[in-house]
Amino acid sequence: MKDARILKRERFTPLTYALLAAALLLTMIFCVCVGSVRISFSDTVTVVWRALWGMPVPQGTAKNIILNVRLPRVLCVTLSGAALSLCGAAMQGLLRNPLADGSTMGVSSGAALGAVIAMAAGFTLPGSNYGGVMVTAMAFAFGSLALILSLAFALDRSLATNSIILIGVIFTMFISSIISLIITFASDHTRSLAFWTLGSFSGVNYTQAGLLLLALAVCGGVIIGHNRELNAFAIGEDNARHIGVNVKRVKLVILIAVSMLIGVCVSVSGTVSFVGLVMPHIARMLVGPNHKRLLPASLFSGAIFLLLADLTARTLVSPIELSIGVVTSIVGAVAFVIIFYRTRKAG
Amino acid sequence: MLTVNRVSVRYGDFAAVNDLSFRLEEGQWLMLAGPNGAGKSTMIETIAQGVPYTGGIQWEGTDIRSLKPAQLARRIGVLSQKNTVGYAYTVEEVVGLGRYAYKSGFFSGKDDGGKTQVERALELTGLTGLRRASMLTLSGGETQRVFLAQVFAQNPQVLILDEPANHLDLKYQQHIFSLIQDWLKQPGRAVLSVVHDLSLARRYGTHAVLMHHGKSVSQGKIGDVLTPDNLAHVYDMDVYAWMRDMLSQWE
Repeated sequence: MKDARILKRERFTPLTYALLAAALLLTMIFCVCVGSVRISFSDTVTVVWRALWGMPVPQGTAKNIILNVRLPRVLCVTLSGAALSLCGAAMQGLLRNPLADGSTMGVSSGAALGAVIAMAAGFTLPGSNYGGVMVTAMAFAFGSLALILSLAFALDRSLATNSIILIGVIFTMFISSIISLIITFASDHTRSLAFWTLGSFSGVNYTQAGLLLLALAVCGGVIIGHNRELNAFAIGEDNARHIGVNVKRVKLVILIAVSMLIGVCVSVSGTVSFVGLVMPHIARMLVGPNHKRLLPASLFSGAIFLLLADLTARTLVSPIELSIGVVTSIVGAVAFVIIFYRTRKAG
Repeated sequence: MLTVNRVSVRYGDFAAVNDLSFRLEEGQWLMLAGPNGAGKSTMIETIAQGVPYTGGIQWEGTDIRSLKPAQLARRIGVLSQKNTVGYAYTVEEVVGLGRYAYKSGFFSGKDDGGKTQVERALELTGLTGLRRASMLTLSGGETQRVFLAQVFAQNPQVLILDEPANHLDLKYQQHIFSLIQDWLKQPGRAVLSVVHDLSLARRYGTHAVLMHHGKSVSQGKIGDVLTPDNLAHVYDMDVYAWMRDMLSQWE
């Protein structure tokens, strides 16, 4: 008789990834088509295809909406969703903690504080207005992560799950109040950031999509390249050291990669909660905890989830656009409760 | 093979290990014995580079602090006392991680023979039938066997075991200890272990270090170390009388 404990993961093949990639592509096209002005599927594909290969595109409203508004937005949403979900999966493995994520651990809030300070102070880099916000967000993201882990280590040398989460939650609340103070006392221009701190992809451009792609290629490549080390950490840090993992170096490299990636995401769209927390859990239910499969699956699932969340945010009560953070928080919180309930019930 | 030279581990004013020295030679099964809090597990974690220490630990004359983690893992395999897995990895995935040190970098080549080592480790520990089982469904004893299989797959020259009989029923205690004894018969190998059960230590150990308050009270051949006087000194009781009393219940 077959042992009931045997898992059936052998069904998961490269074809599954091909299907996920196809689903992502279809979702992207759908999100470009749908909005306050509906554009047909064939028009959308024609415009994007011709623009992609440098062929002349028929002039008209469709061209402007697709190429100047929706396509850069869909690209940014796709890349941000993939990046945030990848970061969540990496942190949950590295810290052996199913609640770890940029938003629960205060990294996103730290990055948001950096971005708000840079905007309020008008900090720019030579030749790039946006660069100052991005670099400050990345630096604050890493600084926040380092501070939270140091405080957790001082409280409890074993870096226990509860200590990290507790400090992360307190840190997030503290940072949120500082951001509110800055927004309250800063100029009118900065006051418009209140909407941005809840997350929004409104007005994003191809430069930001390019930066997200670059960050995802570099930092995401580093994270995916460490999939075996993440497996070792997810099983236990002592065990990782015993089998030969350079624990300190790997931890530092992954934390830097995660902080940079979250920093870039936050500088583009503000804080978008729950993607990094929930999507790795859904990916884990599909492909298991092995990071060789989990990280790519998290990329796809995070991108698809955020695309649908953004579509909801801009179409649900159109022409008013909701903050995407509101949509991801509502959907994510409900999904998280269901996942945790099912996991506890199962095991 | 392994020389521990005047090693001390301190937590503030408390010395968990205090100026301890001993040698582990090829073919030896060295038992670290002593009561709770003697510093046995701390000593094992020290060799595994898990805690900061003073003094020196040499692998065939080379300070092990100068070895890269993967180099150390190819020489020394460690089985911890507490092993739990929080995610639903399969048995095979956990055992397979034992080969990490042979393929640890981006550009490291193929791990020739790795698959065979994993298969053999699964077979030796009786886990072949459970290779695709979720770690979350295993009992404490099965989990302990999985991590022992991981150490076997690692194929080190020295096995360091912290309470290998933890969670194991009598059948698997005998099975695992006999396995380790057979493993030790290959040339160039040695075992260092912490065993609370003094009967197991006496039965399988060739040498021992008896520890008390972080220090070595006695060391040498097992029969010369685990004597009634030495044991009475460190355990503060007549250990031999207690064991005779326990055994008499079965007669």
